Amino acid sequence: MKYLDTTENRGKRIIITVIGPDRVGIIAGVTGILAENNINILDISQTIMQEFLVMVLIADMEKSKIDLLALKDRLSIKGDELGVRIEAQHEDAFKFMHRV
Amino acid sequence: MLTIQEILETIKMIQEEHLDIRTITMGISLRDCAGGDVRSVCRSIYDKITRLAGNLVPTGEAIAREYGIPIVNKRISVTPISLVAEYDHTEDYLRVAETLDRAAAEVGVNFIGGYSALVHKGSTGGDNVLINSIPAALAGTERVCASVNVATTKAGINMDAVALMGRIIKETAARTADRDGLGCAKLVVFANVPEDNPFMAGAFHGVGEPESVINVGVSGPGVVKRAVEQAGNCDFGTLAETVKKTAFKITRMGELVGRAAAARLGVPFGIVDISLAPTPAVGDSVAEILEAMGLARCGTHGTTAALALLNDAVKKGGAMASSYVGGLSGAFIPVSEDAGMMRAAVEGALGLDKLEAMTCVCSVGLDMIAVPGDTSAETISAIIADEAAIGVVNQKTTAVRIIPAPGKKVGDYVEFGGLLGRAPVMPVHSFSAAAFIKRGGRIPAPIHSLSN
Repeated sequence: MKYLDTTENRGKRIIITVIGPDRVGIIAGVTGILAENNINILDISQTIMQEFLVMVLIADMEKSKIDLLALKDRLSIKGDELGVRIEAQHEDAFKFMHRV
Repeated sequence: MLTIQEILETIKMIQEEHLDIRTITMGISLRDCAGGDVRSVCRSIYDKITRLAGNLVPTGEAIAREYGIPIVNKRISVTPISLVAEYDHTEDYLRVAETLDRAAAEVGVNFIGGYSALVHKGSTGGDNVLINSIPAALAGTERVCASVNVATTKAGINMDAVALMGRIIKETAARTADRDGLGCAKLVVFANVPEDNPFMAGAFHGVGEPESVINVGVSGPGVVKRAVEQAGNCDFGTLAETVKKTAFKITRMGELVGRAAAARLGVPFGIVDISLAPTPAVGDSVAEILEAMGLARCGTHGTTAALALLNDAVKKGGAMASSYVGGLSGAFIPVSEDAGMMRAAVEGALGLDKLEAMTCVCSVGLDMIAVPGDTSAETISAIIADEAAIGVVNQKTTAVRIIPAPGKKVGDYVEFGGLLGRAPVMPVHSFSAAAFIKRGGRIPAPIHSLSN
């Protein structure tokens, strides 16, 4: 997650979390929506926690065609299709809490 | 560098441990609405509130979605109405209450605070009119909250006002008898009231405040409880450290949301109130934190010490996390709004006397407590006087929000629904304090108020 340390593009980065049972097509589903809307992925990491897939993506919305609220709606619909929970949040929600 | 664990910790706090922003409260000065007859006062009040707070609710909702953190309430506090409406020498303050109610409904907030009077040293004619109109105002409106400050460390305790508030609370209960005395849940009697408190029902916009301001109240008892459970069987130093770190994280969320809301609404950011505010939801309880520390039930011996540790650690963590901490900032112990408090009260572990002791070391006071409907006005006044004495002597805020539930007796329940919850009717002492309350006058300020 090295990109979170840089100060460029501050305020444009979001964190997308996907939590749910693993299955084929989760990454494709999420990244497809991001590509369609010209949202650049900066970093992806994933882990398995108590048999659930947990995937975290950091993305840059600088050149995005849609705003964060619209993106959330699309991801949420995709999440329902895939049977996982997808959240997109402004990165400050995490940085403020964990970094002084 | 953020780690995946940190990101998941935040997500878990929100999704599983009830972390939320309890309230964004916009303070609005109504001082420039005074003057003219009551009709023009009301018109100015309505116009000003709807103009300044028109975007409060949509802005709060947008922030909640972008940051992925629930913002439970959007609210408004205004200049104490006793200061705004007094100019007209009107007897018709009810019209002002109705105006506040309409303005709150128009902008979509669920409560508006500031139907208030500050009478800690004595009352003016307008103060008396306002206080006497509280029962009708609370019965006749849905969203208006009232508060009266009856004591400060510098002024002492206005016992005339304390006696009056006993009668006002009884009358408010009577006028809302069909709803278990709901009006009393919207009425707080304070000592050392803060002027920037974002939490209802005691919020108002103090006289030293700017034209308009955003104050934020955080929540998060569930997060603290989980942290205490995970800390396991550690010593008190480690326990306090755990609470401190958790409070820091919770408060940072409040700071973030407060700054964002203030910037978007174009008003100054006031304070974050770092109080741990419980809700009736299971797992979102201050009592359960105390129980997680090792008490079989909240209210048993050791509870005051546990609460003191909790309250202090929350302040230490919170103070580091926010540039401006204010309001009440401690831990709330409202019986009806906290599932663990309620269970302890029902099981007989927690009584009024223990709650009073707990208020010596936490932020507010006897909060959302139902007592039998036949409790006398003098007894209620005496309960207020005790709390005010604790506040005045310890230089802290204390308050009483008590519901003498009409027709109910010990063992019955009152139901308010929503965040106000459900409370068992608790016993009060049967011996009279009437002769004490009847004396009238003012209890002088304590010696340590002479600090200059």
